[in-house]
Amino acid sequence: MITITVGTATCGVSAGADKVLETLSSLVQEKGQGKVVLAETGCMGMCYKEVLVEVSNGDGKFLYGDVTPDIAKRIFEEHVLGGRPIEELVILHNYQEGPEEGYLKRQRRIALRNCGFVDPMSIDDYLARDGYKAIEKVLKTMSQDELIEEILSSGLRGRGGAGFPTGMKWRFARQQPGSEKYVICNADEGDPGAFMDRSILEGDPHSVLEGMMIAGYAIGARNGVIYCRAEYPKAIVRLRQAISDATAAGWLDHTFPGTDFSFHIKIKEGAGAFVCGEETALIASIEGRRGTPRPRPPYPAVRGLWGKPTIINNVETFANVPWIVLNGHEAFASVGTPKSKGTKVFAVTGKINRGGLVEVPMGISINEIIYDICGGIKDNKKFKAVQMGGPSGGCIPASMGDTKIDYEEITQTGAIMGSGGMVVMDESTCMVEMARFFLEFTQNESCGKCTSCRIGTLRMLEILERIVEGKGEAGDIDVLLELGNQIKSTAQCGLGQTAANPVLTTLKYFREEYEAHIHNKKCPAHSCALLVNYVIDPEKCTGCTVCAKNCPVNAISGERKKTHFIDQAVCIKCGKCITVCNFDAIYKD
Amino acid sequence: MKKLAELYEDEIQVILAKYPDEQKRSAVMPLLYLAQRASGRISQEAMQEIAEILDIAITDVASIVGFYSLFHEEPGGRYRIQVCTDLPCALRGADAFLRQLCDLLGVEVGETTADGLFTIEEVKCLAACHRAPVFQVQNGDGLEYHENQTIDTARLVIDELRLRAQKPPGGAA
Repeated sequence: MITITVGTATCGVSAGADKVLETLSSLVQEKGQGKVVLAETGCMGMCYKEVLVEVSNGDGKFLYGDVTPDIAKRIFEEHVLGGRPIEELVILHNYQEGPEEGYLKRQRRIALRNCGFVDPMSIDDYLARDGYKAIEKVLKTMSQDELIEEILSSGLRGRGGAGFPTGMKWRFARQQPGSEKYVICNADEGDPGAFMDRSILEGDPHSVLEGMMIAGYAIGARNGVIYCRAEYPKAIVRLRQAISDATAAGWLDHTFPGTDFSFHIKIKEGAGAFVCGEETALIASIEGRRGTPRPRPPYPAVRGLWGKPTIINNVETFANVPWIVLNGHEAFASVGTPKSKGTKVFAVTGKINRGGLVEVPMGISINEIIYDICGGIKDNKKFKAVQMGGPSGGCIPASMGDTKIDYEEITQTGAIMGSGGMVVMDESTCMVEMARFFLEFTQNESCGKCTSCRIGTLRMLEILERIVEGKGEAGDIDVLLELGNQIKSTAQCGLGQTAANPVLTTLKYFREEYEAHIHNKKCPAHSCALLVNYVIDPEKCTGCTVCAKNCPVNAISGERKKTHFIDQAVCIKCGKCITVCNFDAIYKD
Repeated sequence: MKKLAELYEDEIQVILAKYPDEQKRSAVMPLLYLAQRASGRISQEAMQEIAEILDIAITDVASIVGFYSLFHEEPGGRYRIQVCTDLPCALRGADAFLRQLCDLLGVEVGETTADGLFTIEEVKCLAACHRAPVFQVQNGDGLEYHENQTIDTARLVIDELRLRAQKPPGGAA
């Protein structure tokens, strides 16, 4: 039997996987009945090569990238029916060899172990890969305390960003009196630059359900809630299906023989509020109130949903749990650094050759991720910095690319591990503009409860907007630092406390860029439109007049076959001339 | 306008059944989504009705509507085209794309086309950072994603939506 598998996570579908699937499905109906099986799977992480199609036959597994319906037809005719792989289009053979082998070589897949390998809509696929064996093992062989001890010894820390030891959180909740407790899965991913959780939910929903069940057993909860962004419709559909299949198969809503344990899971859809990823805001949102945070303590482990002890873990954290139970804490703890165990999934985006999801062992360096796995910077430009942890995190300059992926080591740089967003920037990215982007985000998403966050971030944003427009003033940097540090120390929740981080870290590592904007009215990256002068290089200009003809404001003058000239007073910096020049004669100054 | 209870009697019961009586308030967001499905926005009347169903004050309902960005009080186009312009998207040209999209439809961000079909909005992260420019189309039934967009591919999507809008729901003439 030959199996054709198409990646149909959101990354695949938006690249056209539906049409590829349709093409293949009619071909299979027509010519492949009885010998070809067509299947779907989730995100393999190689989003930059979607649509991905894998052909698996006696000769091994052949992965094709950038597949269109036409290429799919060829694959079907030549490879599936003809038995001849289309060599020039195969990007990976048996996950080991091929043009894309570097992408997988340094990765270690624990949380993503099933993503891209199972059909997320099939509970049988999950069961075939040891699915629900972990909860079975827990119920048959472990007491609550033994289980918590196991998670503690594994060294698993919260993958949502803060890195709090998962086992400790569970122990607090376990120690609370009362029989009504809750397990919440935080699937309100929203950091710009992060999509790990979406891919896990779309690619392997059952592992998250199983992780939640195990947590439920550990703390003595019978109910779980998945709080998922409404912006992830596909994840919600797949979770619903997974819950209904797991219920029908007797894993959910079913008392396990010989125990009094049964577990129920509900999905709660958000409605577009970033702050709801903060645990107390998330609880408020589930309860039908405005999603604003409240001061902690009491922590949710003591007083959470409906006032009951509640643990809240992130999607990726839960996906790790069944693996740890099955493979043992030693196996997990053998990967990583002394204080950061296991692996971490990163979403690598920005100016990078292979953008997508990678799961790496803790302890690997930033440079290794960027160069060895993701193929380096796009267009051979120079690596400048990477923003880790999204709007709550900070930038790490290229000079510190040896920094290891480790909670403490990253925190020391001023950035944070965060949920796993890695936005890569090259020499053409302006760091002031980058900080402005993130501040605009947090400003927008500030719930408004604390004055320092609501007003402080607005004042900072106004200053940054002035700076990138060339209206910066002496003293701006001091005010930014003062405001940033005040917000950090006075805001109530994580969103506010970390809001200034992008500004503070860019000031720490790229202060000279701020100064160039403020004092010299120049953007060293030539990125801030209003601070760039377009200049014609007399050496290269042939006087072809194309630029002058295309200039919307007639700022360019010059005779035919003679050097042209841009009148800076008239120029509106639209950049049109640079794109139409055939001789590379116009540059930004 | 018809009351929600008439339009969605069964759905409302299904939603309420998920919550014990003392946690009824929790149903506010699902009910708001239901109200939005009916008319693309949430009217004062719908808020009043939801408040009555849940035994809470209408100001409580309004405070939820105002808080979340996916709930709309203002009438918008049948399709809300929501473009992400966060940093990772900007690094891949989302700003220029948004400009071109506005030019294509002849409206600015936040405005609706004269035929009432399209509203252009800016949104925060859609988790497709590596495949920007990206937009989602929100209508009563839900959301659909379009990644790796150029103005040419977006034009195709818009043409398709125009066609879809001509067909009445359920396929009846």
